[in-house]
Amino acid sequence: MEVQVTVNGQSHSADCEPRTLLVHFIREQLGLTGTNIGCDTSSCGACTVHIDGESVKSCTMFAAQARGADITTIEGLAADDGTLHPMQQAFMECHGLQCGYCTPGMVMAATSLLSENPSPTETEVREGLEGNLCRCTGYHNIVKSVLAAAGGES
Amino acid sequence: MIPASFEYVEAASADAAIAALTEHGDEAKLLAGGHSLIPLMRFRLATPGVLVDIGRLDDLSYINDGGDHIAIGALTRHRALETSDMLAAEAPLLRHVASQVGDPQVRHRGTLGGSLAHGDPASDLPAALLAMGGSVVAKGPGGERVITADDFFTGFLETALGEDELLTEIRIPKAGGAGWSYQKFNRRAQDWAIVGAAVQLGANPGVALVNMGPAPMRAGGVEAAIASGSSAADAAAVAAAGTEPPVDLNGDEAYRAHLARVLVERGLIEAQT
Ligand SMILES: Cc1cc2nc3c(=O)[nH]c(=O)nc-3n(C[C@H](O)[C@H](O)[C@H](O)COP(=O)(O)OP(=O)(O)OC[C@H]3O[C@@H](n4cnc5c(N)ncnc54)[C@H](O)[C@@H]3O)c2cc1C
Ligand code: FES
Ligand code: FES
Repeated sequence: MEVQVTVNGQSHSADCEPRTLLVHFIREQLGLTGTNIGCDTSSCGACTVHIDGESVKSCTMFAAQARGADITTIEGLAADDGTLHPMQQAFMECHGLQCGYCTPGMVMAATSLLSENPSPTETEVREGLEGNLCRCTGYHNIVKSVLAAAGGES
Repeated sequence: MIPASFEYVEAASADAAIAALTEHGDEAKLLAGGHSLIPLMRFRLATPGVLVDIGRLDDLSYINDGGDHIAIGALTRHRALETSDMLAAEAPLLRHVASQVGDPQVRHRGTLGGSLAHGDPASDLPAALLAMGGSVVAKGPGGERVITADDFFTGFLETALGEDELLTEIRIPKAGGAGWSYQKFNRRAQDWAIVGAAVQLGANPGVALVNMGPAPMRAGGVEAAIASGSSAADAAAVAAAGTEPPVDLNGDEAYRAHLARVLVERGLIEAQT
């Protein structure tokens, strides 16, 4: 079936089977491999993207369900001239990543969180990221990064 | 993992969805938020031949004042429930329970109708529906019928819905300021409840248990004890009576029975204060 979506401001159309998961569509059909796959159980959040501005696990959605949607992936956050998004900058400055595998999903979950709650408390950040797992950092610096980005933006 | 192949049908209306269900019979499954069905399909525990996508039926996504009750469209997402001012005023237990489901990404996609129709005893929202004395509207080829929460959950992943029926609306009696509590016990953020207890006091007290049997269930003994004026501790002592808790890595029957008593007592005390 034909699936048309807008990804990072650009319209894309590709043919896929109905059973194609959105994350496979994004990685394989559109070649945007910044969105990672970390599990088979909808648990890790590495595949998080925004659908119409809200964080979604793209491994738990068929591409067919996203037809016509406005999708943002990690590739769409930085400015065209390469200037990092404030959340990406905060992760860099606060050492919010080690291996980096969870990072695209963390950043997408965190930006969605701040769009719903621009000045979260530390507890709200921790709870707001409960859909994302990190095997390296122990979360502490991730939480610091999100709080820093929130402070910087407000 | 990749689900087995299926035919994808997008329903343009509730009636179109019912027509598709009638046409394809037990081959067909409805797809709402997909956050219970897609994980099952990825493990090939579910292999429907036809998926009827009702996820875009926006006219089934609403939270309305129905006079003595709040009427909620089946396609209303958990996120809309947890941020609703009307629910904060009239059905705060439901609003809070919705905020305890999974994680933000799950709540952005999962729907109330899907959560109830799935009939999973480990899920949170069925307990709220039971404790609040709610009902659902099912629509089929022959029209609509109303099913009370008590009649709706019939077994493990089984409900009173017919194969060609669509859940369209959920009705929650207004809580009228009644005390309430939801106690969800799990060990990791994002997890399902190992055991949970939903409590609403007021004129028709309701106490419902999560993950204490094959289907979402009420704790009838506790409700009777409260009605006859028992203390929270005495009422909670019978919380596990008549339950058949599952045994898994998180706990055995005795552990879950203990949790049910502790959580119901905490819930009753919190609801009373
Ligand atoms: C990582 C993760 C964690 C989760 N944690 C929790 C949790 O802690 N607590 C919890 O309660 N839930 C949890 N869930 C489940 C989540 O709440 C689901 O969204 C919900 O159970 C199903 O809703 P859905 O709209 O996604 O339904 P779907 O997956 O689309 O459908 C589920 C079932 O209901 C049927 N159905 C759907 N809509 C209708 C309708 N209107 N009429 C008739 N039948 C219908 C479908 O055919 C299917 O059989 C979790 C899910 C994930 C992926
Ligand atoms: S890959 Fe989507 S949640 Fe793990
Ligand atoms: S930085 Fe390695 S998994 Fe999070």
